[in-house]
Amino acid sequence: MGPESLEAKQKAAIEEILKAYPEKAAKNREKHLGVGSPNDENQKTCGDVRSNKKTVPGVMSQRGCAYAGSKGVVWGPVKDMIHISHGPIGCGQYSRAGRRNYYIGVTGVDTFVTMNFSSDFQENNIVFGGDKKLGKCIDEIEVLFPLNNGITVQSECPIGLIGDDIGAVARVKAKELDKVIVPVNCEGFRGVSQSLGHHIANDTVRDFIFDGKVNVNTSDVETTEYDVAIIGDYNIGGDAWSSRILLEEMGLRVVAQWSGDATLKEMALTPKVKLNLLHCYRSMNYISRHMEKEYGIPWIEYNFFGPSQTIKSLRKIAAFFDESVQKKCEEVIAKYQPMIDAVIAKYKPRLEGKTVMLFVGGLRPRHVIGAYEDLGMEVIGTGYEFAHDDDYKRTKEEIFRSTVIYDDVNEYELEAFVKKLQPDLVASGIKEKYVFQKMGLPYRQMHSWDYSGPYHGYDGFAIFAQDMDLAINSPVWAHSKAPWEKEG
Amino acid sequence: MAGAASLRQIAFYGKGGIGKSTTSQNTLAAMSHYFEKNIMIVGCDPKADSTRLILHEKAQDTILSLAAELGTIEDVEMEQARLWGKGLFDKETPGGWINCAESGGPEPGVGCAGRGVITAINFLEEEGAYDEEGLDFVSYDVLGDVVCGGFAMPIREGKAQEIYIVMSGEMMAMYAANNISKGILKYANTGGVRLAGLVCNARMTDKEYDLALELAQRLGTQLIHFVPRNNIVQHAELRRMTVVEYSPYSDQAREYKELARKIVYNDMKVIPTPITMDELEELLLAFGLEDEVDESQVGKAAEA
Repeated sequence: MGPESLEAKQKAAIEEILKAYPEKAAKNREKHLGVGSPNDENQKTCGDVRSNKKTVPGVMSQRGCAYAGSKGVVWGPVKDMIHISHGPIGCGQYSRAGRRNYYIGVTGVDTFVTMNFSSDFQENNIVFGGDKKLGKCIDEIEVLFPLNNGITVQSECPIGLIGDDIGAVARVKAKELDKVIVPVNCEGFRGVSQSLGHHIANDTVRDFIFDGKVNVNTSDVETTEYDVAIIGDYNIGGDAWSSRILLEEMGLRVVAQWSGDATLKEMALTPKVKLNLLHCYRSMNYISRHMEKEYGIPWIEYNFFGPSQTIKSLRKIAAFFDESVQKKCEEVIAKYQPMIDAVIAKYKPRLEGKTVMLFVGGLRPRHVIGAYEDLGMEVIGTGYEFAHDDDYKRTKEEIFRSTVIYDDVNEYELEAFVKKLQPDLVASGIKEKYVFQKMGLPYRQMHSWDYSGPYHGYDGFAIFAQDMDLAINSPVWAHSKAPWEKEG
Repeated sequence: MAGAASLRQIAFYGKGGIGKSTTSQNTLAAMSHYFEKNIMIVGCDPKADSTRLILHEKAQDTILSLAAELGTIEDVEMEQARLWGKGLFDKETPGGWINCAESGGPEPGVGCAGRGVITAINFLEEEGAYDEEGLDFVSYDVLGDVVCGGFAMPIREGKAQEIYIVMSGEMMAMYAANNISKGILKYANTGGVRLAGLVCNARMTDKEYDLALELAQRLGTQLIHFVPRNNIVQHAELRRMTVVEYSPYSDQAREYKELARKIVYNDMKVIPTPITMDELEELLLAFGLEDEVDESQVGKAAEA
């Protein structure tokens, strides 16, 4: 398939898909679909798609809500704090422990990530307000889990509807218990997707964690010239761990991970670092910008998916520091090269030329493209659930060929694109997974790595390559055709 | 839908302070006493003053306060939440009977009173209050304007079918009456609710009768009764009684009897035709309730 024919095919697919809609919906969705060309200067965003707009009612969007963005992404992984899902039980229970944020600690004693704390609203709490109950929840937490280092209150929808004042409860209790208590007004109906939840959560970090608000004696803290923080790595399947070893090997001191395996104190100490390393731009650019403005800490984006991007990023990070770091950086790259060569030698012949379609959340729709290309695979379609323009601008630099771009793609569109473009692998979230597996297509879950991981760094790449091979080359696909569909 | 097929569900809506609770209790008392109707009153106002004249009490325990006290709504027993009328309205005395429940609600400024109304009505339905043998009428007494979904609960499907709007010849009361008509219109096609008439609780303002009649016609309904002002209503209230009980041979008791008769035999139930704010202003101008405004004077302070 030549590049022209691929582009033509992609454009035709978009046209065809839009035909199924009523006029008004088609007009809306048309703006969210496009074909991106690598480094096309004429395109404002990749494929000129529009993003961060309200989903068309009636379609099956894969988006989450502001509560998911705050509790599920930003705050939830902070391991030594207790995060109360404030409202009826469902939001807390169905978001419990599904994201695979790994952490070290004794769950229920000094760490709490996989537990569900909910104020379990009843009818009475809606009618009479739930502020008293919240206060009681906080008191109970103090008695039952005395080693918690702080509490966040993650508002579910009803809190905003009935106008409870969680800020006042948090203030009173924080004073009474001498503890950090963070009220987060991340009601699910706010904004168009989980993206606003990230922003709201970042703002509460800014307002409740920095500037001496956490009781940690910063004057005793020794700082070095090599202190860095990992921002926007949620340690899914151990991602942050396989990232930080590389940084440490090149002589940097990782003092904080945001927020996978994070503690409140390391977050509070982050304004003392020399450089912030930002992995998930979408969910934590806000706090990075704030630290730049307020404390003069520069930040750079990096990408640890696949050896090409990892090497590029390691050098970019090292360039910020002195020669000793740069020298060690080259040593690190050289050290892992044989391992990477072996991985590629083993898997590339099995995966070369296979096509992939992606649909994920904040950074992976562009960040993982390089990892697939390192294995000789070709990404022919990608899109984000909740990205903004700046994400789609960045995507332009990551694609290798004509790529169909679909923003906030819905169930119908993704299925139709897959049927028309016939990829060898679909890589997306849990909600989409079984649609494609039942179609007999290899599938990988790219939100939580399908019980696998880590995928970051060199160690992660070896696992990533193996997982993709397992998915695509499994003998099971030879048996997926129904007898009556077989010829003869 | 709960209750017998012959059960009529009516509601009194109106602006706060218009005398809704007083008018509804006096009218329902007359329906029960003179026309032998069996009635359940459901108060839907956090103030909980829709049943005191029937019960001869200050205020009964509300469904929601009981739920708050006992833990959950499931813990509340019907006998605690629904009380039988006193005096004339007891089940044992001749004539019809009245029983009473109040939804109650939160303190001002917290929680969600609208959800409270929904909770309370669902409770009464599930506990079989609508299935009481011999029950002819359920009457809802609803707070002020239709401010949110909860207060529209009684006019949603399966609830009140006939709405009586209590109003007077004052600007805000008429504004509220028009707004409530909009609420009725919204649910008229899905739930079958109808506007059954305006009750003018006279303030004795200028041309009040003519104005009320005109508004009723504009809304496509009737002025079902013009209740004159009479201090005997207040005297009865001091003894926590309706006029029907306090002074059955008074003129005012006869007025309520007449209103009761009209409601019992009412066959004019319409989908209302609410008017615009401009039309409402014009109406007030036409009746001289408002002076024509000189546009050049708008926004200017009075001269010293």
